[in-house]
Amino acid sequence: MKTHVSTVVNGDAVEFLCSPSDTLLHALRNEIGLTGTKEGCGSGDCGACSVMLDGALVCSCLVLGVEAQGSQVETIEGIAHQDKLHVIQEKFLEHAALQCGICTPGLIVSTKALLEENPAPTEEEARYYLAGNLCRCTGYDKIIKAVMDAADVMRQGA
Amino acid sequence: MAALTYHAPNSIDDAIKILADASLPPKVLSGGTDLIIQMQRPKAPEALVVDVKKIPGMRDAEWSEDGLTLGPAMSCAEFTKRQDIKSIFPGLVEAAYLIGSTQVQGRASLGGNLCNASPAADTIPALIANRAICVIQGPSGTRVVPVEAFVTGVGKNCLEQGELLAALTLARPEPGTADAYLRFIPRTEMDIAVAGAAVSLTLDSRGVCRNARIAIGAVAPTAILVPVAEDILVGETISDEVLAGVAQAASDAASPISDRRGTVEFRRHVVGVLTKRATLIAAERAGAQL
Repeated sequence: MKTHVSTVVNGDAVEFLCSPSDTLLHALRNEIGLTGTKEGCGSGDCGACSVMLDGALVCSCLVLGVEAQGSQVETIEGIAHQDKLHVIQEKFLEHAALQCGICTPGLIVSTKALLEENPAPTEEEARYYLAGNLCRCTGYDKIIKAVMDAADVMRQGA
Repeated sequence: MAALTYHAPNSIDDAIKILADASLPPKVLSGGTDLIIQMQRPKAPEALVVDVKKIPGMRDAEWSEDGLTLGPAMSCAEFTKRQDIKSIFPGLVEAAYLIGSTQVQGRASLGGNLCNASPAADTIPALIANRAICVIQGPSGTRVVPVEAFVTGVGKNCLEQGELLAALTLARPEPGTADAYLRFIPRTEMDIAVAGAAVSLTLDSRGVCRNARIAIGAVAPTAILVPVAEDILVGETISDEVLAGVAQAASDAASPISDRRGTVEFRRHVVGVLTKRATLIAAERAGAQL
């Protein structure tokens, strides 16, 4: 039996139907049509499906869709301001911090969470915070450069 | 994933009723970082899931004169941000901070870590060292169980059908008390303890140990206390000789297995080293001049 779920995604009220065994990741991609959030491992190890759930960075593959009832969800689709990319997105492009791109939405969501929590991370702090976001193209060096550069720009803008 | 029936009760009483009357295997959902994976396994049986996060108090941590009452479903991310808790139980907060990734900590809870009862759980030795008490509610009322008696085996706990871990309580430590937790992993993060050690010490103004509580993890089917090491510490100041005895006692108490993450010999040795180092950290935090 499907359950009716009311939630807020990227500031918009959203309603969807899902089976209790469907993950939030499945609901986002298949019921709501937000396919920016990617499935990597499906077991909470790789961070490709990272979203914000009520202010906490989580793997949406380890959340049941029905748990989102009454929650606030933020996904990669909510990061840019209409046509204007977020600084983090711009820096990922500028530093070519992506290859196949599957890890990128999760990394950008996680980087935003990192910089909101800690606007001036050391490289080590950034690497630890983002340790749950795996890039199997192994482009970590460019990713960290983009993150540190975005942090600098965001601090100057603040 | 297995077929599920999902309930999100708003009160402990409703949760207990659903758990007690369940016709399917009942599963309590807190952060889900273990449970959802288990339910995704091939042939996982149909389950009745009771999400306890909407129950008032389940995700809160509040101080009273006696100590801390911790909602078992509070996420590690919320828990580790609490400076008021960190200042009193820094070792317990460190243990929670070692679990999984930032994303896993956004969901995983201390109550879930305890109920899941992995031998390698990081927060269980730290809860034991701090004398945490489990408040269990069920159809026949409330009972309390010391945390070291809660876990009964690998993946097993003492909850009966219909019972729920409703709270964890930690008494406010005496002055001069501090804790520490250390684990060994081959990587630098995102790994499971090969061995772990938690220590809570109370030192008097002269640096003499008045009380010690030592628990080791990942070296037996459950986390275990090491009373021999505690006896070595009590009445002594921290010295190389005392620390060597503590390390030996922890190694002797361990009954580890060999697996791809570590051999019996390695685990036995390293749990002694970790216990010694955690003792030093706890002693420094408790004010010892070392």
